Amino acid sequence: MPDSPTVGSPVGRRIVLGMLGLAALGIAVGSKVNTALSTLAENDPTGLSGLVPGSGHFRIYSVAGKVPPTAPEAYGLRVDGLVRRPGVLSFADLQDLPQTQLQKDVQCVTGWRVNDVRWSGVLVRDVLHHFGLDGGARAVQFGSGDGVYTESLSLDQALRSDVLIATSMDGSEISDSHGGPVRLYVAPMYFYKSIKWLDSITVTDAAVPGFWEQRGYDVDAWVGQSNGRTDAPTA
Amino acid sequence: MPRPPDALRRFSQGERWIHFSLATLFGICMLTAAMLYFATLSTLVGHRDLVARIHFITGLLLPLPLLLGAFVSQPFRDDVRRLNRFVPDDWNWLRSRDRRTGRIPVGKFNAGQKLNSAFVAGAVLILFGTGLMLHFFGFFTDTVRTGATFVHDMQAAAVAVVAAGHMWMAWMDPGARGGLRTGFVDRRWADAEHGAWAAEIAPAPEER
Repeated sequence: MPDSPTVGSPVGRRIVLGMLGLAALGIAVGSKVNTALSTLAENDPTGLSGLVPGSGHFRIYSVAGKVPPTAPEAYGLRVDGLVRRPGVLSFADLQDLPQTQLQKDVQCVTGWRVNDVRWSGVLVRDVLHHFGLDGGARAVQFGSGDGVYTESLSLDQALRSDVLIATSMDGSEISDSHGGPVRLYVAPMYFYKSIKWLDSITVTDAAVPGFWEQRGYDVDAWVGQSNGRTDAPTA
Repeated sequence: MPRPPDALRRFSQGERWIHFSLATLFGICMLTAAMLYFATLSTLVGHRDLVARIHFITGLLLPLPLLLGAFVSQPFRDDVRRLNRFVPDDWNWLRSRDRRTGRIPVGKFNAGQKLNSAFVAGAVLILFGTGLMLHFFGFFTDTVRTGATFVHDMQAAAVAVVAAGHMWMAWMDPGARGGLRTGFVDRRWADAEHGAWAAEIAPAPEER
């Protein structure tokens, strides 16, 4: 009898148990394998490693529907709230402000990391000084052109010298899927802080939790010291 | 289309529902997974929190057809036992080049179908377990979380390939497809593809 419920050996069960064993092993060593793959991906001339999940490449997340791409010429950054002179900065205005370059890692709270990304743009600090802060200013809220995503930082965090309104990434304009033409880069924090398609900055008297923070993520999102994670710091 | 008088019952109504609901849930999981994973799709679709929630809920439901089936359907339990058991001829069948000629007797399920079902069962368990770990991430260290992500991604990629193969085989074989759609297969198809099973449940007239 080629298959009966009783004759033969239970190979199906062995396959299932074997898979479960492999999975347990994978959970134990997956993190190390990821790190090894990231190293490999950085020195990979073939580009094949890009096909392997989680190997040192950006993953693109978006919480809104399709966001129509904005050309730099059409871009505007509204700055309002507790500032002396609310106003709008064009892409050219941003390029006229003092420029800052950073070369630092990106760490996502879901685990992937991209090393040594080159960012340039204007520090949030320089933009805030350009508009002048009112006395009651304690926090900064950021809005996205997708109309859904929000983020915020305490004023002290926003004034750090590694919190950047980025207009360029790895030497070229920031692409639409990476949040271009202008996005935030909060170097010391998990990447959900680095809001894409940045289009508004509102200075407030208290920090308002952002999109993912209302869904359980930490507001003070220091890499390696929040969200129950112990990743190496990015700043 | 009237059923030919010598049609053989291959799957019960319960089994066909189990297959249909598992396939539907699995399809939704795969579709939402693609929307979450592939950059071009995820920017096109967006709504990440909504898509993630659909993916999570569908994933939670994924083992349900199999569990319910195991409780309520005797034919399903019988077929699971058949799928589980390998005899030496199953290994011969896998190794042989003429496995479609019927030289090596094939029962209700051939060895490829047995491997596929075991793999899918394992994949459902692993995706369900690691998926729960990723959802309730607060209970785990980040090393374990990264490991669970790794396993979830790898398992999903592997099962996507296998499912694509499964659907390709079904596409190429209207007789097998009809078996899952109507519950019945015709005698000729059964003799050609599952000769030993056909002889087992309905001996040919000359053998009676």
